[in-house]
Amino acid sequence: MSAIVRHYGLPLSEAAAFGLASALTFAYIPFIKFYGLPLVSYRMPPRAIMRGLQKPLGFKMHAETFRTPEAGAARLNELLAAGRLVGLQVSVFWLPFMPPDFRFHFNAHNLLVYGRDEASGDYLLSDPVLEAPVRCAPADLAKARFARGALAPKGLLYYPAGVPREPDWKQALPAAVKKTARIMLRTPIPLVGVRGIERLARAIERLPVATDPDRTRQFIGHIVRMQEEIGTGGGGFRYMYAAFLEEAAPLAGRPALADLGAELVEIGDRWREFALATARMIRARDPLDPARLAALLREQAGREKAFFMALDKAGR
Amino acid sequence: MDVADVPQEGNATHVGQHRRVYARGSDGRLGLVASRGWEVEEIVTLQATKAFDDLAEAARARGRAGSAAPLEFHMYRARMDEALLAQAVGLWRWRVHRHLRPEVFARLSPALRARYAAALGIDVACLETVD
Repeated sequence: MSAIVRHYGLPLSEAAAFGLASALTFAYIPFIKFYGLPLVSYRMPPRAIMRGLQKPLGFKMHAETFRTPEAGAARLNELLAAGRLVGLQVSVFWLPFMPPDFRFHFNAHNLLVYGRDEASGDYLLSDPVLEAPVRCAPADLAKARFARGALAPKGLLYYPAGVPREPDWKQALPAAVKKTARIMLRTPIPLVGVRGIERLARAIERLPVATDPDRTRQFIGHIVRMQEEIGTGGGGFRYMYAAFLEEAAPLAGRPALADLGAELVEIGDRWREFALATARMIRARDPLDPARLAALLREQAGREKAFFMALDKAGR
Repeated sequence: MDVADVPQEGNATHVGQHRRVYARGSDGRLGLVASRGWEVEEIVTLQATKAFDDLAEAARARGRAGSAAPLEFHMYRARMDEALLAQAVGLWRWRVHRHLRPEVFARLSPALRARYAAALGIDVACLETVD
């Protein structure tokens, strides 16, 4: 996301774009399933992040979906021919350049297309998981863009209309921070924010340890995958948000934000400890004990509650 | 996390790619640091891939013995389950479930076979065997 903005001449770090879009959250959605396991997310969905950036940066992001792969490919070619940088939502599984162990049917992956090789028709793309740009054949990309299943991308592509401009930091940063605190503390459904963490703790306690230890291990492993393998930075995006707070403090003229950033790093460390405790149980280095993991999660919920209340105050 | 604490354990699942992790440098500021991998990530990723590998192997053995349709093996090899495969081919789940039975699969029309093959990203000839 930040790469699109940077392309149009506004130097914005990934962390700053993440924070400005109020992308940090926690969500546990038991009725959206991947392989029979619930959706657990530490950030907002890509479309929400896109929308969140529009207002502070004063531009519109155009998003289009398509009925057929042909229409999707034609529109993508047209935009690339016009020299645009285009973001795509894709399924990870059909991307041949992905490391094989990452190739699951996970539909909410995003990458950037910046050009097309005229001779072979290959697309030139930049993928956040990989360090170097890659190429992808049109047939593979079409499959990835039109994969079906939960959160199906339907060929979603997006590009900015208008030029993003530097925001009024003193106004935009406190607003973004307050919005994140509001999402974490006061979302009316109990599956999002701090209450979502508590719900997840309860779901873990109810896992069938005695009757189906395999399912228990899959469930807790899934949480850690969502926390550590998705996105940049680890610690369920808590580190990235901490980096944003550190950047934001001088820009907004609120030094309290930097102190909160340091606090959030601590919370991120605790998330990593949770991941470690889980992995040890999966490998049977520690006895499988979901109650202990649930207790760790509850502690995290308590810490995040206190943290976001302080953040809310700092944003006022 | 301090830069010195960023795990550099080497992770087989990353095939040489580095992950970027935020860590506090010696200047006290947070920045991105390349990580060669963390064992925890490797454990949970391999757990997920192994679950499918095991299912696929079991389905292959059943396919050889004739007690399951080859479709089941190909489904797991494409890291799908019944629900996902049903969505990918655009059929009801109970139909997919039924098509996993060898005698039902044997009677499947060429058109349906082609749809399954396309959804799984393989060719029709490949769909009919487990080897």
